[in-house]
Parts: sequence; structure tokens; C-alpha cells
Amino acid sequence: MRNILSKGDNVLHEKKLKFLEEKANQIREEIIKMLLSAGSGHSAGPLGMADIFTAFYFHILYHNPKKPLWPDRDRLVLSNGHICPVQYVTLAHAGYFPIEELTTLRTINSRLQGHPHRGSLPGIETTSGPLGEGLGQAIGMALAARMDQKKYRIYCLMSDGEQDSGITWEAVMFAGKNRLNNLTAIMDRNNIQIDGYTESIMPLEPLKEKYEAFNWHVLEIDGHNFEQIVDAVHEAKAIYEKPTLIIAHTIPGRGVSFMERDYRWHGVPPNKEQAAAALKELRTLGGKIQSEHQ
Amino acid sequence: MIREEAQLNPRLFDKDVEQVPTRNGYGEGLVIAGEKDPNVVVLCADLTESTRSEAFAKKFPERFIEIGVAEQNLATIAAGLGVSGKVPFISSYATFSPGRNWEQIRTTMAYNDSNVKIAGAHTGISVGPDGATHQAIEDIATTRVMANMKVFVPCDAIEARKATLAAAKIWGPVYIRFTREKTPVITTEDTPYIPGKAEIFWEPKAGTRSKKAEVAIIGCGPLLYNALVAAHELDKEKIGVVVLNNHSVKPIDERKIIEVARKCGAVVTIEEHQVMGGMGSAVAEVLAKHYPVPMEFLGMQDTFGESGKPEELIKKYKMDVRDIIYAVRKVIKRKK
Repeated sequence: MRNILSKGDNVLHEKKLKFLEEKANQIREEIIKMLLSAGSGHSAGPLGMADIFTAFYFHILYHNPKKPLWPDRDRLVLSNGHICPVQYVTLAHAGYFPIEELTTLRTINSRLQGHPHRGSLPGIETTSGPLGEGLGQAIGMALAARMDQKKYRIYCLMSDGEQDSGITWEAVMFAGKNRLNNLTAIMDRNNIQIDGYTESIMPLEPLKEKYEAFNWHVLEIDGHNFEQIVDAVHEAKAIYEKPTLIIAHTIPGRGVSFMERDYRWHGVPPNKEQAAAALKELRTLGGKIQSEHQ
Repeated sequence: MIREEAQLNPRLFDKDVEQVPTRNGYGEGLVIAGEKDPNVVVLCADLTESTRSEAFAKKFPERFIEIGVAEQNLATIAAGLGVSGKVPFISSYATFSPGRNWEQIRTTMAYNDSNVKIAGAHTGISVGPDGATHQAIEDIATTRVMANMKVFVPCDAIEARKATLAAAKIWGPVYIRFTREKTPVITTEDTPYIPGKAEIFWEPKAGTRSKKAEVAIIGCGPLLYNALVAAHELDKEKIGVVVLNNHSVKPIDERKIIEVARKCGAVVTIEEHQVMGGMGSAVAEVLAKHYPVPMEFLGMQDTFGESGKPEELIKKYKMDVRDIIYAVRKVIKRKK
């Protein structure tokens, strides 16, 4: 397991692929347990992004969980802070803080705030929650890296819903103008937001063409396919004259059939029975294998 | 009379006293800060000349970032720089920054504890002909309520330069308030300037007509000049006052404020800002808790400004010398 210091140029061999798939499933289970224990929080987004977070913290990022402020680390900026349960679980499993602390999510005196706060928890690069503000901060970090001639890369994970906000497009315009090739944005294209489906709330498409018009390099991938995630990040590194957007098509609630693709699961946690059903499904990989916890 | 230790401009009460806009002090301060610290960067939202960011942009083009008319992005990009070892200054008109981008400042600078300095130009009604849309009169209130944020209001161009340099050295978010018009140079290089410390600029002295201080006039920004002229006039009438330069609205100098309130027994505050939530309110918060005295508040009285010449507006909205004198007499009558 390469969670102490993973390098961005690892080859994704068969064994590693299997490890990542199992890790992502484990992270989904932890998310369900955490949300049940917190009694509030978001379900769909974190489950949908479990594969991408796993790919980043266990394969892509150049980082050291024991030295979270190491100056040359890659930065992962989470713009849509409400999906932080998946980031918390992934950080804990990567070794940033004790796994036992996960159950303190959203409780008093916890380092695991309802929305992430820089300084509260190791590995959190920025405070987020109010939507649309991650990309600008990632740009600031990318500018600093460029000024200091540093090689670290900045990854901004954002949602499709926050493409509604004007500030997102201010940032998109700026990054395109300034050819920030050390910046890669990954959009969780899960098609849902609180009030419903993105295309009925405020149509976003054609997203690829919009970003291309702002001088971005755009890739579209299956956000649950590790090979595609890793390949896209590699391609982004090779694009010299532009920032890259990876539109990752994901299934909200991925792994729990009754949550998948249902926008009503955006902002609510499972109750006890729902959590038990979800865990059973995750542990048996949807009934494909037997689980000792059944 | 003028307190000697304050080392104010000796030509302060001359008719042709030197006049310089406080925003010029910001521009000078930026260049010096840039020379001293290679991590100082300046970001501007399409107002480079007017906010006086131009000299820095010319001298350090690789450290100047043009954002365009996008104040929210101005804030978030600076926040990202501020957590990456840089000392970003963001310049715009205060109605837009920290106005339009208030929530970005709250989340990504204040709560995020990013090392950003916010320069709000064109504050107060003395912005003049541009009218109320461009006259920031709420910015002290909206910034000082944020945890982690410091708020400085320099009274002249020299103090503005000192405030800019001080902000560059302090870790964490700072808001500095500047004005558009030329205003009298009150201080000198030797005037003490310490963030968090208010300075007495005027006090009655033994042997003068007014031996005893009856009212403390607490002000910030260029209107402090009017306070000093009022003190000068009142002295002729044998009414002694203290004039306190409360340039550091946050952190506020509680000790000095309590000291002058105790000494005088009454306070008049003056600022080119709404009286609700501004510097005067900050003073009232201190005194209500520690040493309540009768207070009068000069500033914008729950109204917007309008177009006009700065001096006309200051008269109309009652922040002129005669208004200060009137407030002093009024508050004296309220003393028990």
C-alpha cells in the first residue's frame, strides 16, 4: 500500500487496480457509517466521488500524510465542501488522522466540521462549503506555484451544480487567459443538485464546448473507471498551454442501488434500516459475494 | 493644543496645508512593501490607476495580477495565494471589495485564515460626484464583524503608507480603508503608528486657555482633520477637548479609549461611515462595558450619500467643523 508517499507517475497495474477498487468500496462503507452516526449530511455526492477520491489519495497525488504541510505537495482543493465525508474517510485511510475520529463528524469539539475548515484537520487545503469558491482558490495556488517555479500540481474537485454560479465562470475565464497548465479541475458530473436535476434547474450543457471556448482542454471520462481517471490526469499533465477540465460522469449514490441517481439523496443521511441495507449491498458488492457481516 | 509627542505636521492649521489623497499612501506603501518582501503580490479588478496600484504594477509586473471586473474572483484567487506563501493585496473600490465579495472574504480569507490584505478605495461620501453607488459607508461595519479580520482606517497619506506596510508584516487578513480626495497631511514620518494603539493628537495643556478636557473627540480617517480644527476653535472658547486618532478600529485600543472617557466624561465620535456598526459603535461597545459616558455619533445617519462636491457633502451630512463643535456642546450638556 503506497499511502505514505505516493508518486503521481505510478503505473496502474492489475494488483493496484484491485487494491483501489477494494479501497473505494471500504470508503463507501465508512461513509454510510459516518452519516448514520452524524444524523445529518450528504449521501449521494460522497458515494459518487469515492472512486475519484481513492484514485487521488492512493495513486495520483504526490503527498505525505505524515507531513500534511510539506511545501512541495500536490494540492487537492475541494470546492463543493458538502461532499467532505468522502474526503474525511479517504484522508483518514490514507493516514492523515486516526480512523476512529471519523465518527465525530458534525459533533461538538470535532475536527471534522460539517463543511471542511482549513486548519481544523490535516490534509484540508481550504475551507469550503459556499459553492463556486474552490476554483478561484486553486487558481491562486497555481499562480503561487508558477511564481515560485514549483512543480507541484493543483487539482480542484468541483460539482456540476456550482457551475450555476457566476464566480465559477470568472475563475474559468481567468485560468484560460493565464494558461494555468498546472491546474486540473475535475467536475463531478452527476446531474443532480438539491432542488432536482441540473438540466431542469439551470441547463449547463454543452459543458465541454463552454470550457473549450474559455481556452481549457476538456476530457470526459467515466468517473468510476480508475484507468480512465488516471489516464485523464496523465493527459492533463502533458497539456502544456492550457488548464484541463476532466468532466467525470458519476452516478450519485454509487454502490447503493436505492440511492443511485435519485436527487432526493443529495442532502440527507440514511436512517438505521437504510444504512444496514446499504452496508449489506456494499459488503456483498451488490449480492455478488458473501459477506461475513451479513 | 497639539500633543507634542504626536509630532504632527507643524503647518497643520495653515491655509495652504499640504493635501494628498490617502490612496496615494497606499500606492507608495505597496512599492516599499514589494521591495522589502518578494512575496508581496498585488491584485486589482480593473481599477489599477485609481486605486494607486499602478506604481507597483510597473515596478513588479511579474507580481501584479489583473483580475478584470470580477471582485469575487479577486477575493478567492488572493485567498489561494495567501495560503501558498504569498502576501496578496487586493485593490478595488470598497463598495465592490469588501462589498460585492463579502462572503468570499468571510469564507476564504477570514474563516480560512488566509494572509490577504484588502484595500478598499473610495470610501465615505467625499468620493463626491460619482454618487452613492460608489461611496462606501458600510465597510467598517461589514469587515469588523468578521473574526480574524483586522481593520485600519488611516487619517492621511503618510499614515496610509504606514498602515500598508504594517499590514504586509502582520499575519492574517487585514482591511485598510482609503479615500479618493486630497485631504490635509496631518501626521509626519515621526508620528507614532502602532496597529492596535490609538494616539492622542490634541489635549489641553497647563497654561493654555482651556486647562481641563471636557470631551474626547474620537475619530478615524481624514475627518480627524476637522476634529483638530474644531479642537482649535473650541480652545478659543476655553472648552478643552482631547482628540484621539482611533486608526485601528480592530484590534481596538480599549485601554486608551477608557482612559480618555474617564478623563473627559463625554465622547463625540466622527467617521465618514454609517454611525451604525462603524468606528463609533466600536467605541460605544468598549465604553458600555467598561465606562459608560454620554456619547454623540457623527457620521452618516442611516442614509445614503449623493453626488456633489466633497466639501458640500461633508457640510450637508453634518460632519463639518461646526457640526463637531455643536456635538461637543451638546454632549457637555448631557454630562451629570
